Amino acid sequence: MDEFLQHCLNALMLGGIYALLGIGLTLIFGIMRVVNFTHGELYSFGAYMMFAFVMLLHLNFFLSLALAMALGIALGAVIEFVLLRKLRGADIDTTMLVMIGAWIAMQNLEQLAWSGVAKSIKTPFPSAPLVLGALSVAWSRLFVFIVALALIASTYALVDRTRLGRAMRATFQDSDAARLMGVDIDRVYLSTFALGSGLAAAAGALLGPIFVVTPGMGDLAALKAFAVVILGGLGSIAGATIGGFLLAFIEEMGAGYVSSGYRDAMGFLLIILVLIVRPTGLFSRKERIG
Amino acid sequence: MSAIPAAALSVDQLSIRFGGVTAVESMTFDIQEGELLSLIGPNGAGKTSAFNAITGYLPAAAGDIVYRGARLNGLKPSRIAALGVVRTFQKTSVFAGRSVFDNILIGLHLQSRQHPLAIILGLPSIAREERRLVEKAKEVLHFVGIESRKDELASSLAYGELRLLEVAVALAAGPTLLLLDEPVAGMNAVETAGFMETIARIRARGVTVLLVEHDMKMVMRISDRVICLNQGRIIANGPPAEIQRHPDVIRAYLGERRARVEG
Amino acid sequence: MRRLAIAAFLTFLFSIPLWVGNLYVLHVLIITGIFTIAAMSLNLLLGYTGQLSLGHVAFFGIGAYVSSLVSLGFAVHLTPDWLVTLDPQPVWLAMLWAIAISGFCGWAIGRISFKVRGAYFVIVTISFAEVVRLVALNWDELTQGPMALNNIPPLTFSIPGLFEFAFIGKVPNYYLVLVTAIIAYIVIARLVYSRAGRAMIALRENEPLATSVGIEVTRYLVLSAVVSAAIAGMAGALYAQYVQIVDPNIFLFIYTVTMVIMVVVGGKGTLAGPIVGGLIFGLLPEALRSLNIGPELQWVAYGVLMIVIVSILPSGIVPAVGRWWSDRRRAAAKPARPTDAGARQAAR
Repeated sequence: MDEFLQHCLNALMLGGIYALLGIGLTLIFGIMRVVNFTHGELYSFGAYMMFAFVMLLHLNFFLSLALAMALGIALGAVIEFVLLRKLRGADIDTTMLVMIGAWIAMQNLEQLAWSGVAKSIKTPFPSAPLVLGALSVAWSRLFVFIVALALIASTYALVDRTRLGRAMRATFQDSDAARLMGVDIDRVYLSTFALGSGLAAAAGALLGPIFVVTPGMGDLAALKAFAVVILGGLGSIAGATIGGFLLAFIEEMGAGYVSSGYRDAMGFLLIILVLIVRPTGLFSRKERIG
Repeated sequence: MSAIPAAALSVDQLSIRFGGVTAVESMTFDIQEGELLSLIGPNGAGKTSAFNAITGYLPAAAGDIVYRGARLNGLKPSRIAALGVVRTFQKTSVFAGRSVFDNILIGLHLQSRQHPLAIILGLPSIAREERRLVEKAKEVLHFVGIESRKDELASSLAYGELRLLEVAVALAAGPTLLLLDEPVAGMNAVETAGFMETIARIRARGVTVLLVEHDMKMVMRISDRVICLNQGRIIANGPPAEIQRHPDVIRAYLGERRARVEG
Repeated sequence: MRRLAIAAFLTFLFSIPLWVGNLYVLHVLIITGIFTIAAMSLNLLLGYTGQLSLGHVAFFGIGAYVSSLVSLGFAVHLTPDWLVTLDPQPVWLAMLWAIAISGFCGWAIGRISFKVRGAYFVIVTISFAEVVRLVALNWDELTQGPMALNNIPPLTFSIPGLFEFAFIGKVPNYYLVLVTAIIAYIVIARLVYSRAGRAMIALRENEPLATSVGIEVTRYLVLSAVVSAAIAGMAGALYAQYVQIVDPNIFLFIYTVTMVIMVVVGGKGTLAGPIVGGLIFGLLPEALRSLNIGPELQWVAYGVLMIVIVSILPSGIVPAVGRWWSDRRRAAAKPARPTDAGARQAAR
């Protein structure tokens, strides 16, 4: 029983990160209908920025976190403005291929800049874990969980309560109607992509200190983000949140009770199974026509 | 189920609902073999929805659709086409990136059988089939009158020719029941007259036709029977002369500001 | 005219080992050829049928692993008590198995693609490739995991007692790959110029219209996927018996991306496209390497190149060249301007 609870606890930590990744992607995917292959690169970008600020510039850990996320938002805005804006009317293949091109270029630039050697980031937290009876949790992971929750809540508030959020929701429902009602689609798309990218960067910045930072770390993260989006349904923040925790839970249970080597495969198998049974995702609300 | 012996298509209590809207409610009508039946009605009356349900692009919420004894409900559009029921689309729909000739060749899909293994092995039967299809394609293009454009890209065609190409592609599939969705929309008087003549020749081949149109002059001239829909329900069903004088029909159109009633 | 050009090109290709002595160059050509075959197969699914399958390397790798395992033999416990063994089989048989199993996986993906469309399908295919990679990495008993399968025997043809020929070395493998590539091209060309090929193209161009004339969606998606996967599996099997070592890295997404770049830049939906793309992206890395441009910078360049090509020439190089060529022909065929003749007349 204790083992089970420990797994649950581990899943909570990871779930927050997966949720962050998934929310960013589901907003981009849902509102802009873009398969964002650069999402993983924003994740590793956030981690590398964290490394640069903490280990190279010796800035305060928490300040670095905020800066890393801010830079992620900025980079996202740049990508949207430079690449995606021109592709607004193009078909999905073209957009996807451009995003793949951008992903390759970004990852290799990262490799060039930082080399493939894994980097580690020091945290200000005590290394001895917090012990709760038979369970234990590292302080750094607890911090990650809390920040992730805070970011999820803020994002939800942004989309639910603000004018920008209302514009985003309108664009998600029907972009043509939204445009006719006076919504500035350019601004919505820019904000969406920047926000999603910022969340991915934040996830990377949060997780970087816990694991190590390598140029390829974004790939697996991106795939898991897609898994979360599919689990939670397109455009649904609540769905992505639930999906994130669900995926983490399944991974933990799978790794703990079945086999740790196949841990990462759990998510993918889940995607394939879910899509075969429900081709539009578990919680998707919109009816697909055709 | 009300089935008159010689009815080709029998639609019984058809209801179509989607997105919380009832597009068609309890629609019942028949089409006889060889007949030309027109569906008219103000915009949004449910005509295209009925088309979509009959040809399998929309599910019917209730009711039966039977063609020559085969129940069409729930069948895939490709299966329905194989039964002889072929439609055109309201918005111009061709294979834009292909040549006119290729468009027809694609349309001839149902008129040929080529086993994948035979194709890969390059058996002579495939080459024979292809030559036969080329001849048939030329025939179809000649029948519709656009054979001069056969090597042009479909997207480079003028609007009138494009609409003819659409009909040609549908004809290539060898329909016994042809559903035409506003085929002369946007055509000028000369093109429309030419099209009416083409329809006459199609009918001469024994094809039953179900037509949706707004051009009343054409509808009244070529139809055997006319059904008027309004807000998803049939409000009149009879020969053209009767429909033109029908009070409900007139009311439906006069009440609809954007209706185009000519003739 | 075209026939002459093709014959000349083929003659040129067949003659290469006769005057190229550098074994490394031959090696590069062989690998390029293998990837070009894989690119041609991807083109059938991606280019002609319009299915965004980004897990293509899975078929390639499955072909490589199946061929290797069958030719090496294996012993694996499916359950703790149930041992399944296979003695080493002749390589040609192993390759046939590779084609069959890859084709079967293509069938499964084809059936899924019918249900799961658009962007979701992309994700499913990527996930599929990742799952296969992780299985290859973790199922040590069968695949040796990261330790790789070694000493994979080369393809041999033998008539007992009469002769035995093994495809060992660069020159035999060069011809093996060249002949396989030609066969693959012929198969795909026959398919494309047939009723089945037209059906695939129709589904890509305008699916509702295609179904309205009786084209069954599942049937042709599946056919395209099966043939595409089988050919990719064949390429994988060729690769395995040539390099004689196979490890889970063969399933990396970067190889799918390579194939996609070859198809997209070369020209998707054309027969020559993947060949042009294959040659460019097979040979370019070598050319760049000799200029001391490291792999990372190369990939940055490819990424940028892909963005540029897809934005400016969305159909790829081959269709663009084709358009340019036919524009020139049309311009050259224009009659002399009447004003010139009129001016000359007036000047007399």
